[in-house]
Order: sequence, then structure tokens, then C-alpha cells
Amino acid sequence: MLRVFAAASLADAFAEIGEDFSAAHPGTLVLFNFGGSQNLRTQIEQGAQADLFASADQAEMQSLVEGGFIASDSIQIFARNTLTVLLPVGNPAGLRSVEDLARPGVKLVAAAEEVPAGRYARQALRNCEGLYGDGFFDRVIANIVSNEDNVRQVVAKVELGEADAGIVYQSDAAGVPGLPTLSIPESANVMAEYPIAPLVHASDASLAMDFIDFVVSQEGHNILTKWGFSQVGP
Amino acid sequence: MGKPGNLRRPSEWAFVLPSAVLLSLLALPLLALIGRAALDGMLGYATAPAAVAALRLSLTTSLVSLLITILTGTPLAFVLARRQFTGKAAVELLIDLPVVLPPSVAGIALLIAFGRQGMFGSALAAIGITLPFTTAAVVLAQTFVSAPFFVRAARIGFAAVDIQLQEAAYVEGSSEWQLFRRVMFPLAQRAILSGAVLAWTRALGEFGATILFAGNMPGVTQTMPLAIYLGLERGLGVALALSFILVVVSVSLLLVMRSLERPEH
Repeated sequence: MLRVFAAASLADAFAEIGEDFSAAHPGTLVLFNFGGSQNLRTQIEQGAQADLFASADQAEMQSLVEGGFIASDSIQIFARNTLTVLLPVGNPAGLRSVEDLARPGVKLVAAAEEVPAGRYARQALRNCEGLYGDGFFDRVIANIVSNEDNVRQVVAKVELGEADAGIVYQSDAAGVPGLPTLSIPESANVMAEYPIAPLVHASDASLAMDFIDFVVSQEGHNILTKWGFSQVGP
Repeated sequence: MGKPGNLRRPSEWAFVLPSAVLLSLLALPLLALIGRAALDGMLGYATAPAAVAALRLSLTTSLVSLLITILTGTPLAFVLARRQFTGKAAVELLIDLPVVLPPSVAGIALLIAFGRQGMFGSALAAIGITLPFTTAAVVLAQTFVSAPFFVRAARIGFAAVDIQLQEAAYVEGSSEWQLFRRVMFPLAQRAILSGAVLAWTRALGEFGATILFAGNMPGVTQTMPLAIYLGLERGLGVALALSFILVVVSVSLLLVMRSLERPEH
């Protein structure tokens, strides 16, 4: 049995990777715990039994290294992701560009600041100030109606049409192909790097390594690319 | 069985030991929480802006939902206690349902009904009301999960009023309203009050329906339970201080309820 703790944004891709991995390792049960990376980090710190951790950012991984849960030399970057603005069907607020997110009355949903996706989103909005002028960041932040616990909750609120827009990963948008998106200008966008590592106290260290090898293999990369992640550079 | 504290026969341990296991399961986490919050000086965090905002929001929303519950739930409980009508069983089932339903189900149901794209959402939008992500949504979620506790208690209170007293009032020519004001309400007062306290504690603790239907925004929809859940990732301080306050408030409300349930003399 392999217990994989993985960032919420990895849910679709890892579910498929898990199926293929189980097919290649008959009799091995792969259990996933998807959630906000900060949430999973807290769970591991509080003694949750995990074999592997795949995080949406380095900070959460780093705090587990500091806590002695993960060996720093065992960490590998296996995927990259950028941000996009997800819109509900029909774009009810009539948003035409990221600049429109600052328009008063727009209902924007984002991940909370504690969540990697929320940190990245705020960073990207700050970067946008260079393009859209001072005060853009504050005006957009003022339009946020809810700070969600993980990025999938942001997707859900947009899918249900409750929000006019949500800041999510490119990979999340790939998971809901029916919904329109606004692209964030490349110069302002943020590149999220996903690290993966076995836990020091993994119950089966070699099985955990097998899973990581599969994730970073060509086959694993193909699945990740299919779900909207960017390839890790050479 | 022997006197308490005088357990000599082995058979008595068969009762005491399992009880002790369950009691420690209930007591130890709360004692640890209170101890940690008090000893580590975490209570200072109770004055942090995030904690104060959550506390204020929780108090106002739960009191508004309690007011709605009392104003609408008392007549309903009165009717249920006094009248037989077709569909009464269905109404009673409807009132019992939120008690057993997971709050997350309540949250989804509220979204599907009153969300912007919900079944009644566009009708509400036409008159300028959008509920999700507003403080009103918090009140609605709290009322949905807490009102049934009040209706059940008040109904039992009304039903316990001696039927002869009710008939005597009728013979004297009382209207239904006079019967309610002069006989039923005074006699059912304690049950109604204790139901109100129970509903209030339930509203204060509401989490699942709120986070789904109202979202999470400090000062607008982030009540104490949400601040505790989401604050845990930022640091233990605010979460512990707020938990401590909720435990103290809950204990006080339970004590009030106990004293209400005790017989008059």
C-alpha cells in the first residue's frame, strides 16, 4: 500500500498516474489524499501516515525538510504549472482581459493566501501592476469575495457560476474544457514548480521511489502534459 | 451495585472501565486545548484583528439567525403541537432532517437552490438579491441547521401543556392567540428558552454549510469555526484562542440550558 499526499491541483493527473502505476504493479494499492499543500503539510507534521508528498510549492516541502520529515536531497521537481483566470459559462460579467478583474463589482474567487495557488495568484496580480498601473493589485484584491481552502474549491465556485472569475492553475482549466479562460500576460504570470519526495518514514521506501520514478518517466510526463502541466525543462 | 467510590466487586469494573475510556476520550482533548491555550499564553491572540472580526461576525450572525428561528419557529411548533393536518408527518420529517443531515449537504443544497445559478437564484437576482459570499448567506446556513433544534424543543414544550388547561381556556372563550399568549407560551417558556439556547450553540458552531454556501472572507463570512479551520495553517495561536472562547461560550450556554431544564423548585 502506498499513501500519496498530493496537492489538490494534481488530483486528475495523479488519479490517472495512480491507475497506470497500479496496473504495472499488480496488488499494490495506491491511496491518494488530495488537498491544499499547506493542509497536507500540517497533516504530516501532526503525524499523518504518508509515504510520498507532492506539493504545489517549495515552501511547504521546505517546512517538512526543516521538521525532519523529508530529506532535502530526495526532492525532485516533476511538473510546472502556470496560472489562468477561469470564467463561468457565458462569462456573465463580460470580462475581456485580466485588467477587467479590477472593475468594481466583479466577484472574484481565489485560493486563500495560505494556499500555494493563493500565493501565486497574488504574486501574479502584483506583477500585473507594471502593465495596468499602480493600485491594480488593491482593486482586484477588493473584488475577492471568497478565499477558498484549496484551488479545486475555486474551480467549483466558478463551475457553479457563483463567481464571475477565479484564479486557478492552467491544469485546472484543462480539467474543465467547457469553461472560458482569460490568459494572464506572460510577463506577469507565475511559474509554479511542483516538488515530490518520499517521506523519511515511508513504510515501503522502494515502492515510494518506484512511484516517483514513474511520475518523472516519459509516461508520467505525458499524463501530466495531458492534464495541462508544463514539462520540466531540460 | 455498591456505593460510588466503593467498587469492590469485579463486575462493577465492567461498567466503570468502559465509561472511563469514553469519558477520557471526551475530556482529554478539551482539557489539552484549554491547558495549551491558557498555559502558552495563546489567549492573547484572542485580540488579534482576525480573531476579533470572526468573534464579532459569529455573534451577530448567530443572534440574527436565532431571532429568525424564534419568530418563525415558535408559531410552527405551536401549530405542530396543537393541530392534526394532512402532511403533518412530512412536515415533521422535514424538520428532523437537518438534524441528521451532514452540514456539507446543507451547504450544497443551499447553493443549488439560492446560488446565483441556483433554482431560485435568478428570481432572487431579479429583485436585486445575490446571496452567496454574503453575510446573509451565513445567517441562512446557520438558520437551516439550527432552527430544527428549536422547533423540536418548543413543540415538546407546547405538547406538554395540560390538555384540560387548554380546554378550559377555550370554554372561557379565548381566541387561539389569547390561548397562546396567556396559557401556552407561559407554560412552555422554559422548553422554548432551552430550545433557543440549543439552537444558538448550534448556529455558533456551524461550519460545513457556511464554508460551502457563504465562502470564506474575513469580516464578511469568516465566522469563528472557519477562522479556526483556516487559521490552523497560518499558526496555532488564533485558532487556539478562538477554540478556547467557543468552548467557554458553549459550556456557559449548556449550564444555562441545564438550569432551565431543572424543575421549577
